[in-house]
This record gives sequence, C-alpha cells and structure tokens, in this order.
Amino acid sequence: MKEREAATSVPMLANYFRSGVPDPATPLSEVEFVALDLETTGLEPRQSGIVSVGLVPFTLRRIRVAGAGYWVVRPRRTLDEASVLIHRITHEGLAAAPRFSAVLPELLQALAGRVVVVHYRHIERPFLDQACRRWFGEGIEFPLIDTMALEGWMLRRGRTRLQRLADRLGWRRRASLRLGTCRERYHLPAYGAHHAMTDALATAELFQAQVAWHLSPDWRLEQLWL
Amino acid sequence: MEVEQLDIREHLRRHPPFTFLDEDRLNQVSGSVEIAYFRAGSDIVVLGQEVADLHYIRQGSVEMFRRSGEFYNRLGEGDIFGQISLISGRPARFPVRALEDTLIYFIPGSQFRALYNELEEFADFVEVEDRTRLRQAGARSREGTEMLATRVGRLVQRSPVMMNASGTVLEAARAMTEQGVASILACADGCDPDHPQLVGIVTDSDLRGRLIAAGLPYDTPISAVMSEALITVEADDYLFSAMMAMLRHNVHHLPVMQRLRPIGVIDLADVAGHGTRNSLYLVRNIHDQPDLDGLKSLLPDVRGSFLRMVGEGATANMIGSAVAMIGRSFKQRLLELAEERLGPPPVPYCLLALGSMARDEQSMLTDQDNALILDDAFDRSQHDAYFRSLAEFLCDGLAELGYTYCKGDIMATNADLRQPLAVWKERFAGWIARPDRPALLNSSIFFDLDGVHGETRLADTLKQWIAEQASRAPAFLGCLAHNAQTRTPPLGFFRDFVLEKSGRYQDSLDLKRRGTAPMVDVIRVHALASASVAQNSFRRLDDVAAAGFLTNSMVADLRDALEFLAGTQYRHQAFNLEQGLAPDNKLNPVTLEAFDRRNLKDAFRVLSNAQRFLRMRYRVVQV
Repeated sequence: MKEREAATSVPMLANYFRSGVPDPATPLSEVEFVALDLETTGLEPRQSGIVSVGLVPFTLRRIRVAGAGYWVVRPRRTLDEASVLIHRITHEGLAAAPRFSAVLPELLQALAGRVVVVHYRHIERPFLDQACRRWFGEGIEFPLIDTMALEGWMLRRGRTRLQRLADRLGWRRRASLRLGTCRERYHLPAYGAHHAMTDALATAELFQAQVAWHLSPDWRLEQLWL
Repeated sequence: MEVEQLDIREHLRRHPPFTFLDEDRLNQVSGSVEIAYFRAGSDIVVLGQEVADLHYIRQGSVEMFRRSGEFYNRLGEGDIFGQISLISGRPARFPVRALEDTLIYFIPGSQFRALYNELEEFADFVEVEDRTRLRQAGARSREGTEMLATRVGRLVQRSPVMMNASGTVLEAARAMTEQGVASILACADGCDPDHPQLVGIVTDSDLRGRLIAAGLPYDTPISAVMSEALITVEADDYLFSAMMAMLRHNVHHLPVMQRLRPIGVIDLADVAGHGTRNSLYLVRNIHDQPDLDGLKSLLPDVRGSFLRMVGEGATANMIGSAVAMIGRSFKQRLLELAEERLGPPPVPYCLLALGSMARDEQSMLTDQDNALILDDAFDRSQHDAYFRSLAEFLCDGLAELGYTYCKGDIMATNADLRQPLAVWKERFAGWIARPDRPALLNSSIFFDLDGVHGETRLADTLKQWIAEQASRAPAFLGCLAHNAQTRTPPLGFFRDFVLEKSGRYQDSLDLKRRGTAPMVDVIRVHALASASVAQNSFRRLDDVAAAGFLTNSMVADLRDALEFLAGTQYRHQAFNLEQGLAPDNKLNPVTLEAFDRRNLKDAFRVLSNAQRFLRMRYRVVQV
C-alpha cells in the first residue's frame, strides 16, 4: 500500500492507499468492514458496465445504516433487456444518473481503511479495478472477504470424509451458495434480491451470522481475506 | 441515503410504536438504525449493562429474565425492549438472551428520546413494561366500581341480634325493635354462645307474611316462621358475590360469617347502595312478569343493562355473572310459568345450567345448554310426559328470548338429558373412569354445571361427587388436559392481520374459540384436579391457588389474562350492539387500539404458556 501510495500520480488513489488496510493479525472483533455490492450489466468487466453501487460500513457488533451509501450510475454501454429485468433499473432512470467517475471519489473514501466484504468475489474487485484503470489509467487492488467462499468452506468443513468423497464423485448435489439461500441457513429474513443497497446489507448480516456460528471474534483477519 | 428502498422502514412501519410515526420521522429512524445478528442462546443484554439504544426484534425471538434468573418474558418479531432503561437512565434490570437466531435493530437513544418527547402515543406505548401492561389494563377497568374491591365484612355495622329458636315471635319482635334491626338470627337451643349454631333467620317480612297474615298467636316459636335453608356469605367475600347470592336465592338478608361465627347481617339496601344496581332491578322485574310476552318486553332492558355495565367499566367477572344471573332468572320464571300451566311436578327435579351460565360467565351471544336431573323415584313411562312438556315450554320460551337452540342438542328437550341422579352419576363415572378423548371433547360442557331451579341440592350432590371422583382419576385429567390444548391462541397481530403460529394470516379472530374458551378449559383441568366444586373460573382459580396446584403468580397471570380476554369479548359485543349489529365474537384487529392489541398479545402468551404447562403437569395417559 505504501509503495502504491508513493507510486501513484492520482491524488484520489493516493488518499485511498494512504489509509491502508488493517494489520493482517488484527482480530476480527477490531476490524472495520464495509459490505459492498455492485449491480452490473454483465459479468465481464471489460464488456459490461456498472449500474449501481451499494455499501454499508460495519463491525462484528453493529451494522451502521447511517453510514450506508447507494448510487445509481450511467454505464458506458446500454443495458440489455435481461439486466433491466434483474435490476429493475430502466433506461430512463439511468439517463439522469451520473457517470461512475463522478461517484468514485465518494466510493473510495467510504472504502478507505476498511476491509471489503462481498458475496462472490469475482464481480466487485475486477469491476472496480477496471473502472479505475479506465478513469485514472491505473487499477486498484484490495484484500476482501467473500461470504460465498466462506459459506462453501464451512459447508465442506461440516461434512464427513465419506460425504466429501460423495461430493467429489458428484453423487450429491452441492448446497446452493446464493445469498438468499445462505441467509436462510442462519434464519436471516428474506429480502428482495438484486438491489445493490439491500444486497450489501444482506451480505453484512450474513457475515455477522457466519462469524457467530462458525468462527470467533478472535480469528485473525489474515485467516479470512483473499 | 435513500431509505425508501430498505426493508427496514417497511418492517418498522408495521409495528407499534412505529405505527404512530409520520413518513419523515419513519425515514429518519430507519436511516439511523444499527443492526446486529445474535445466534440462538447468546446474550443480547447483560444484567447491569448500560443501555444506549432501543432494541427492536426484526427476526427471531428473545427471552428476558429476572435478576434471580427466573424467566420473565418472551418477545418476538416486531417487539421492543430496553425502553425502561432508556427512560429511567438506569442500567438494564432484565438480562435478555436470544431464544432463536435473532436480528436486532438498534434505534439510537437520541432518536428514541426525540420520539418519546414529541409523540404522545409513542410515549404512552413504550412507558409500560410488558407484563405490568396487562395488570394495569385490568386495574383500569376496575376503577369506577367498588363491587369487586369491597369485602362484605366492611359493610357490617353491628354484631347480629340472635336468640334461641324456641323463643317466641313476641320476644323476637321486641328484640328487633329495641335494637333497630330488620332481622334476627335463630340459634339451636343450648349451643355455645361463642360458637352459636345458626338454624334460621326471621325478618320483618317473615313476621308479616308467615305470622300476622297467617293469624298465628304471639307465643308461636320463631322456629315456625323462620327461613331455614340459611344462605350466608363469608366476611372475605366481595360485595359482588353477596349481591349475586341475594339475587340467586331471592333473599334480602345475608348473615355474614367469619370462621363459622356470624359477625353481622347485611341487607339488600347495604348492597344496592354500592354501584351497579340496574341488573338488580332487572332481575326483580323478570320475576314479576305474568307471561312470556312480559318477559320479551324486558329484552331492551337486558341489552341496556349490559351496555351500561360495559360502559361503566365493570370487570368481566361482574358482567359475566350479571348476564348469567339474568339468564338464570329467565329460566326460573319460565319454569314457574310452566308449573302453573302443567301443575306440580310428579317427582322433584332440578334444572341444570351447563357451560357458560353455570360458570357465571355468560355473554350476549349464547345458546341454551341445559338438562334435567330428576329424583331417583323417576319412572320414565309414568313421569316423562310431564318433564318433556316442561322442557319444551322452557326451551321454546328461551328461544323466543334470544337464547338460540343448542346445535348439539344439549337441551332438556332431549330425552337422554332428562335422567335421574343415579343415571347422571353413572354417566359421569363412565367419562371419568374410562376417558375417551373425542368423547370427552363433546362432554366437557357437562363439567361446568349448576342447579338453576327446583331441587338444586341434586345439582350440588352431583358437583360434590364429580369433584371427588375427578381429582382421583389421573387418566381422566390427562385426557382433559390433552383436550385443553387443542384450541391454541394466535401468536399476535401484524398490522391488520392475526398472525398464526404457522406464519399464516387471518383477517379476524374468534375471541371465544381462540381465547376465553381454551382459557376456561385450562382452568377447569386444574380445578377438577384440586377437587374444587366451584364452577366460575375466577373462583376455581382461588381454589386451585389454595390447594397449591399453581403458584400465586401463575394464578395471578391467568386471572389477569382471562379478565382481559373476556373483557375484550364483552366490549366487542357492546360495540356490535351499539352499531345495531347482532353481537358476535369475531374481532377484526383493525378495530383494536394499540393498547388493547398489545394486551391481547400478552394474554395470548399467558394462555399459551398455561397450555404448555398443562402438558408437563398432567402427563397424558394413553388408554
């Protein structure tokens, strides 16, 4: 992070890198997290655009709705019909929205110094990286915790060797790792899916539940982040 | 932050006290919420902890405990806790633990205080901690009437005037005049003056009617003119019971007893001077009517009397007794009219009231449940024609008076329900010795019985006998306990719906089926187990507590819950009547004020706990 701060010529990124990330040995109970969710027009960062961003800061003790952020942005490419349906954001709704570059400063500030928590790591990090490359000419990287990966690991861990063998041989259908299904396991309420703000909140709650059930607040950050 | 999209706001909006918030405030509160997840079994609030936020249960349920670790309360989705600490500024008094996996919304103290200071309804709602709320509701309805709060002993002004039963009426009249009293008690000759054995009472009207009008000489012993079947009350009884005893037995003077010793006499004027009078006059009026048409002409007064009692805030116990008393008087008068027409009965009989009338818990929506106990000299071929006619006259008359025919045919017109005492005993013996759950479900109504007219001692004998048998029959009690769990209360309310345990919604709630009836069922089991002969649920609870079958606090909870459930039922029926509708028990939650809604939920919780306790207490015996 220090090297990146020195190396970058973009002040906004320099700020972000200056806040750094917590020491890998920090126990989870002392970490400031931020749950992040992006809704996009597709899965491929180079070809798809960001439609909306939701985030909410939290610790293991509290999720702070007052600090939450939500932005609808205008993607470079037009929306295809499928993602209109999924996100319920229409072309008209987007016409008035700002470009992603306009919200990036606020977004980076909200992420600074915090550990990002997402559900499914292959969206948020590559899309943010791609967006920064496009606007600043250089990307960003950051460590994150993936509740989906965590859930998969916990489910496997809970299984006997015989069950694991059966899993490998494909005798048994894998348990679903979708956000809503994972939440059900912890008796968390059902929310409407595919809204960046709601999904970020849902992810924060899921992570609290996962730690309450399977880990402990004493675990070190480095044991979880990817 | 645009909270519009958030589930938080929509959830808060549906639950009091947030139902009182306008959009701006609701948005503000929703945007300031903090959230945390608690795994089942984990601590949410520990004893003595500083409480900075109002806690709102978004999902799951929690249990609160007393300092001693004793269970205090259970709260579920949409409930709040922590408000007492916030208001008082004192640390938490009740530790709270997650019973299920629970998601809590924390509403910052600053937000809470703003709402508390600015919104009257919000403040009213949060000020009362859960259980006390129910008790306060009861206390509120008790204001404005002294009938229940006053003990008979307090009305006694002087010690009773007594003399030996062999004394003459002249001596009696002189003593009464000297002492300025309207009645004199007769004791057995030669009994201990400190523990006099009462054998009768002579009143002014006895002297007029039985002595002067009969032309008897002044040296007639008072034993010849006194009333013998002495009705007494205990000094500890409530005034209301005294009034009921007078109405029921049509007497004006009641000796007041304390530890088997008479300490005074109260009369009708003493009682009538204290509050609710109207049902008293109504009952007198019923007994004066010459025919069925006359009785029918009193129906508007029945309604008026009911509405007035509800309006004056009489307790459910008082209302239920008064309505039952009115029904009882109708039956008595109808049977007198029947006897005038049919002639005297060939063998002694007793009309039994069953169900709510027997329990003195009648409402304005009731059908007729009755039966006849006949003297064991009864011979069906010879005597039954008379009793069939008597029963038809009674039941048809009652139907004209608005007591609908019983759909289950539990009426004296059913030949099977006109039986001599011996057959009734046999029948009850069968139910008790060989209990069969489905059969028992249909016959539970027979376990609330009371003699209304004729030889009421037949009913008393039966009651006594049932109490003795039932208390010694664990299999029977087990079956009864099992049946008492079949009708469960709903969990509570969502905005406009009744929330069922299954998570489903209903748009209305049958207060009787889901509230008062199962509560009465629960109390009946405990009463029969403790060999109580009482029929009224509140009296049964007294007996159960005295027998030590339930703790005092459990009894207090049941009493409060029943009082509230029945009171709500009466208020709802009064509301129907005022709207010009036929009274029913179907409560639509939309019409409930938040205060009542909350109390009802508490009452349901008490009922639910009581049903669970039954399951443990009376192990169901498989037969």
